Amino acid sequence: MSTPVLRLTNVGKEFTLHHQHGLKLPVLNDVNFEVASGECVVLDGASGMGKSTLLKLIYANYRVSAGSIQYIEKTGESLELTTASARELISLRRHRVGYVSQFLRVIPRISTLDLVAEPLLAELGHDEQAIKQAREQACVWLTRLRIPERLWGLAPATFSGGEQQRVNIARSMIKPRSLLLLDEPTASLDPQNTQTVVTLIHEAIAAGAAAIGIFHDQAVGNQLATRRIDMTHFRSITCAAQ
Amino acid sequence: MPVDTQSPILRVTGLNKSYGERAALIDASFELWPGEVLAIVGESGSGKTTLLNALAARDKPDSGSVEFHIKDSGLTDIFKMTEAQRRLLARTDWGFVHQNSADGLRMEVSAGANVGERLMALGQRHYGKIRATACDWLARVEIDPARIDDLPRHFSGGMRQRLQIARNLVTQPRLVFMDEPTSGLDVSVQAKLLDLLRQLTQHLGLASIIVTHDLAVARLLAHRMIVMRRGCIVETGLTDQLLDDPQHPYTQLLVSSVLQP
Repeated sequence: MSTPVLRLTNVGKEFTLHHQHGLKLPVLNDVNFEVASGECVVLDGASGMGKSTLLKLIYANYRVSAGSIQYIEKTGESLELTTASARELISLRRHRVGYVSQFLRVIPRISTLDLVAEPLLAELGHDEQAIKQAREQACVWLTRLRIPERLWGLAPATFSGGEQQRVNIARSMIKPRSLLLLDEPTASLDPQNTQTVVTLIHEAIAAGAAAIGIFHDQAVGNQLATRRIDMTHFRSITCAAQ
Repeated sequence: MPVDTQSPILRVTGLNKSYGERAALIDASFELWPGEVLAIVGESGSGKTTLLNALAARDKPDSGSVEFHIKDSGLTDIFKMTEAQRRLLARTDWGFVHQNSADGLRMEVSAGANVGERLMALGQRHYGKIRATACDWLARVEIDPARIDDLPRHFSGGMRQRLQIARNLVTQPRLVFMDEPTSGLDVSVQAKLLDLLRQLTQHLGLASIIVTHDLAVARLLAHRMIVMRRGCIVETGLTDQLLDDPQHPYTQLLVSSVLQP
């Protein structure tokens, strides 16, 4: 197995609801695992087991209550995500770690084409040549995800749920990244589009990405998983993972 | 992984400010990096505007320092500069967009003159060039350049805010302060302004500090967020961290009090 991209050590997460009498909701305990380049780790567990929470902790959208999450560069340098500065996290998200969900956060007035092209511009800059290049790639992604060309110039606010979801996948995956966090990206897609997304994920992994995914559709999980992790291991306080 | 630039553009250390008995700002410290958009949120009276005014040297704090990165000399305490140096900064490297456009515009002169004023302050004298630049900036903020000779008082609220932005950005500042730039505007007008701000900050690599009580505005524009309450910074972090997993009781209250930020 190649070197890990991500290492979780004794990660725990508990939500404290200060306005519900300080209620504490323990969600995850003692999460220990590594993910390497070329792997697709599928998280198994019923709803409410903390699968999404785990992905959000890795994306540093949620903050850990305990433990360490390390992102490891090919050079061996690592970044401790639980203590990284805001600008380190922003840079990590811009260049290395992608979060693919089923929900598109619509930005008013921006065309679908530019919305999809935007992540590439962080690297290419905003000059005319860069914008042209990024838009060309965006066209390829929108075509593969079967977004009709007549919609490309429109802001996706009025699109159907499925169309928005596919625009979001294009936007989240257009830029090659070393770690992909897949939060049910295929939920409620039709079989043809689901298969396209599976292919896109396979391509990313073949190109060296590591992935961690949640898929309610068993068949999709089976096609993608190189390894599975049972979330019930992270529930009980006494249960040590792995 | 590329984390570019070695120095913050602004470093704020231990700012305090009282009005009589009332502490309006207590030990505020943070850094801002080039290209970063920082939102300061909190309810009215929490000290947001006091903090912004201290940062922009509009109101001197009782203690603490505000250092701005100046091209050749590095981080420099703005309250140790001469008044003339501060004024130069305020009309070159800084911009300030006011909540009330009448505070940021000169209502009795034309739109073009409003945009051109900062250029003239920098020593530009060629009328034709100044007018051409003003036209260009009016177009960039989506005001019909044909209205260049109209007075701002004949503009709508949304247009005035966009004119303020053009007036500020024409000198290509490196840091822009904004005090509730979208409040008081219709929702559709807000969307246009927000989109414009988002694109301009992104494309120009501007650092900016936006005071807002609207968490959706913070979500759309800001990379980072500072939550203030009773003069104190109670929580800081990435915007989505604070909105999706708020830790401090006050941030939790703030987030749970709005409809879907």
